[in-house]
Amino acid sequence: MSSSTSNTSTHHTSTIGAIGAPSRRNTELALLVFAVLIPVFAYANVGLAIDDQVPAGLLSYGLGLGLLAGVAHLVVRKFAPYADPLMLPLATLLNGLGLVAIWRLDQSKLLQQIGQAGGKATNQLIYTAMGIALFAVVLIFLKDHRTLQRYTYISMAGALVLLLLPLVPGLGAELTYGAKIWIQVGSFTIQPGEFAKIVLAVFFAGYLMVKRDALALASRRFMGLYLPRGRDLGPIIVVWMISILILVFETDLGTSLLFFGMFIIMLYVATERTSWIVFGLLMSAAGAVGVASFEPHVKTRVQAWLNPMHEYTLSRTPGATGVHSEQAMQALWAFGSGGTLGTGWGQGHSELIRFAANSDFIFATFGEELGLAGVMAILLIYGLVVERGVRTALAARDPFGKLLAIGLSGAFALQVFVVAGGVMGLIPLTGMTMPFLAYGGSSVIANWALIGILIRISDTARRPAPAPAPSPDAEMTQVVRPS
Amino acid sequence: MNKPLRRIAIFCGLLVLALLIRDNWLQYVKADSLREDTDNRRVLIARYATPRGDIIVDGKAITGHAETTSGDFKYKRTYKDGAMWAPVTGFVSQSYGATQLESIEDGILTGTDDRLFFRNTLDMLTGKPKEGGNVVTTLSAAAQKAAYNGLKKQGGKGAVAAIEPSTGKILALASYPSYDPSTIAGGSDSDAEAWKKLDKKNNPDDPSLNRALREVYPPGSTFKVVTAAAALENGLYKSADEKTDSPLPWTMPGTTTQLKNEGSIPCKNATLRVALQYSCNTVFGKVGSDLGNDKMLEEAKKFGFTEEQFTPVRSSAPVFSDDMNPSQTALSSIGQYNTAATPLQMAMVASAVANNGTLMKPYMVDSLQAPNVDTLEKTEPEKMSEPLSAENAQILQSMMETVVQKGTGTTAQIDGVTVGGKTGTAQHGENNSKNPYAWFISYAKVGDSAPVAVAVVVQDDNAVRENISGSGLAAPIAKSVMEAVIDSKK
Repeated sequence: MSSSTSNTSTHHTSTIGAIGAPSRRNTELALLVFAVLIPVFAYANVGLAIDDQVPAGLLSYGLGLGLLAGVAHLVVRKFAPYADPLMLPLATLLNGLGLVAIWRLDQSKLLQQIGQAGGKATNQLIYTAMGIALFAVVLIFLKDHRTLQRYTYISMAGALVLLLLPLVPGLGAELTYGAKIWIQVGSFTIQPGEFAKIVLAVFFAGYLMVKRDALALASRRFMGLYLPRGRDLGPIIVVWMISILILVFETDLGTSLLFFGMFIIMLYVATERTSWIVFGLLMSAAGAVGVASFEPHVKTRVQAWLNPMHEYTLSRTPGATGVHSEQAMQALWAFGSGGTLGTGWGQGHSELIRFAANSDFIFATFGEELGLAGVMAILLIYGLVVERGVRTALAARDPFGKLLAIGLSGAFALQVFVVAGGVMGLIPLTGMTMPFLAYGGSSVIANWALIGILIRISDTARRPAPAPAPSPDAEMTQVVRPS
Repeated sequence: MNKPLRRIAIFCGLLVLALLIRDNWLQYVKADSLREDTDNRRVLIARYATPRGDIIVDGKAITGHAETTSGDFKYKRTYKDGAMWAPVTGFVSQSYGATQLESIEDGILTGTDDRLFFRNTLDMLTGKPKEGGNVVTTLSAAAQKAAYNGLKKQGGKGAVAAIEPSTGKILALASYPSYDPSTIAGGSDSDAEAWKKLDKKNNPDDPSLNRALREVYPPGSTFKVVTAAAALENGLYKSADEKTDSPLPWTMPGTTTQLKNEGSIPCKNATLRVALQYSCNTVFGKVGSDLGNDKMLEEAKKFGFTEEQFTPVRSSAPVFSDDMNPSQTALSSIGQYNTAATPLQMAMVASAVANNGTLMKPYMVDSLQAPNVDTLEKTEPEKMSEPLSAENAQILQSMMETVVQKGTGTTAQIDGVTVGGKTGTAQHGENNSKNPYAWFISYAKVGDSAPVAVAVVVQDDNAVRENISGSGLAAPIAKSVMEAVIDSKK
């Protein structure tokens, strides 16, 4: 069967189909045009709202974003022709909107005064280029995602090193008060946790693929739960311990929650045992309660979540003891002031959130300026990215690919939930970045790599199966869907 | 492995659903309360994002606006002759809120008033920036200037209130010492400094006090006009020239204390006219005591005592007590004991007499304008009460005119104009230990109509005690205010 067919089977519309799935590259291109045009219009909109004129950089910005999207598209077309057509446009749209919001906050005098704005959009565009470059590298050099299986244990070691780097004296940097999750090399700051997310997913997928039968079957029944054997249980305990340790030493609630959640999801998918979820939830609850009761940083976050106004008042009271933050309340005001339709691009005041306005809290800018309608749209875009990831996992033909895809998309979903939920006051704040929207090189680059791997898996999954050996005397056989 | 995958998909869907629900809760259900939360700085940012409408006197704005150079508030208020107009305007400040007219008419001035809703919606659709409306006052720039400059020249502390008797329009409302609201309009350090200096704790002069409306003083002898009105209205004496039953010395009922007059003046059985001309304590003290607390209170209330006025800026309530014994009533009837009045109240007394007995409700907002100067609301003159009959009012007028022609108020005479008035020197402090307040209330008549009634109070702690008199300190100021009004009408 030729690879360029686009209409061999018109009745197959899902990505699950193994034979004759259309490549949908032109769909992707058409969607990409929108994904570039929408941020370009948004960019013009910000300029008109703030300076009453179309921003001078509109052309170069549009060309820059368009060029990056075009390169990404061409790489996909060449190296992953059967990839899911939605993922690249969705990521491009989010990235483009993030750039616009960062540029918009760059214009804020208030943020400029405290040295938190100015030129950040340019940096972010450079980071985006680096991210797309890494995306291309993944697609060009990773011909088959199963290659990654070989690096299971190296990945584990790599992830641990990445996670512990911020604790190395002289390398770790505390950029804002709160989490110690950055390392500084020269003038560059990197958040290794973002990369560790992917590397760890590779380790989990490799490990679980090998151990899944042992974990699922060699267990004793105890009070209605299947308890695994100690030697199989070992790694989960280790990972749990590590995530708690990260939390304690780096005060990074978000990352530990993310890793633990990702591991539980992958374990559950690998073993198909509900008891793992119960087990995981119990352990994480115990860990969270334990840490929240003696770790002051986490305690503050929980207090700010339960009573943001109280924290706001304390942060404004001279001489109040302890570290208090007005951000939680400021973010709620930003969302509330946006209302249903928002104030419009550039016409909100989310810079009142101060230093975290363009990173952790950039979602509040969207909330204020695009309103309920815009935020719901963005949440649905994130939802779509996750949905395409889960579909990729469903469609993948090998357990490693399934596990890796669900691990990455599950982590993506958890990260969105934890950040957006934190900013909106649904759960305590954890200080992670909103994928693609927030300012920060590590986040953008790592998430592009994540999308690259998902696209690679989806390409493998949707690639037409090798044609069966011809048997001239057989009748036409019915195609059976693989389960 | 697909069954758990589908469950994970549902789980991820639930995460997104939870976020969507939370977002709807925040941005739909709670949006208004968050948006209007007073701690939400956006409320103030929006307030100062557009130029504020103006307060207008004689067709000219006495306020303005300037762009601020720092911070997130775009515009701040400026005032022309701020100190002179402060008792009228109040202030609006980026840091310290708003008071008086600026606060009461804030909706119109900022353009958020419901009456501007349709217009604002139209402007929003056509892309025009929001503008504030204007507040047109009844004040007279000439009268205000005469009042403020008079007080300033006099020094000390004091206040002037002037009213147009036929309508109740407030023509002047001055207080001294005053402050320039421009100095506290912004949010800078210098504004904070100026604000600190206005605090009464740091500044015993209390310049931000609106003495014309918000301070009550013992009215002293100027209250005898009210007592005289009560005597006529209750038929105690029928005319200005009927001999009164007034012994000298007069011992207050129920006491052994003799009520004293200032100096040796012809008060024995004096007529009301002579008693007012010389300001006889004995005559009016006995009138009050003879009428009794109830009748005196009733008459005082008709003039507006015991009630706050909303001009729309609220004035303090003047005091005339009930439940007083005859001697206390006697003291109250000459403006001592508990009696206390705002300058506005005493101007109302003079205006009711000048307006042939009808008291009009005092007001200072003539109309409210939309940004395109369409009138949104116009204040119509409103009758408040009828403290005395036209006949008795004319009797009282002739008595007050005698005071100015040949009594204690000669310093208020204006060539070619009939002026009626009454002086007052009100005791002040325990056992009269502090310098007294000098009062003067008056009205001017041109032909049959009285264009202005005015009340002046001056408190000069540095003056030589003997030199303090309503005639010496207060009457010249009242005279210049009346002249300013008459000249501006020509």
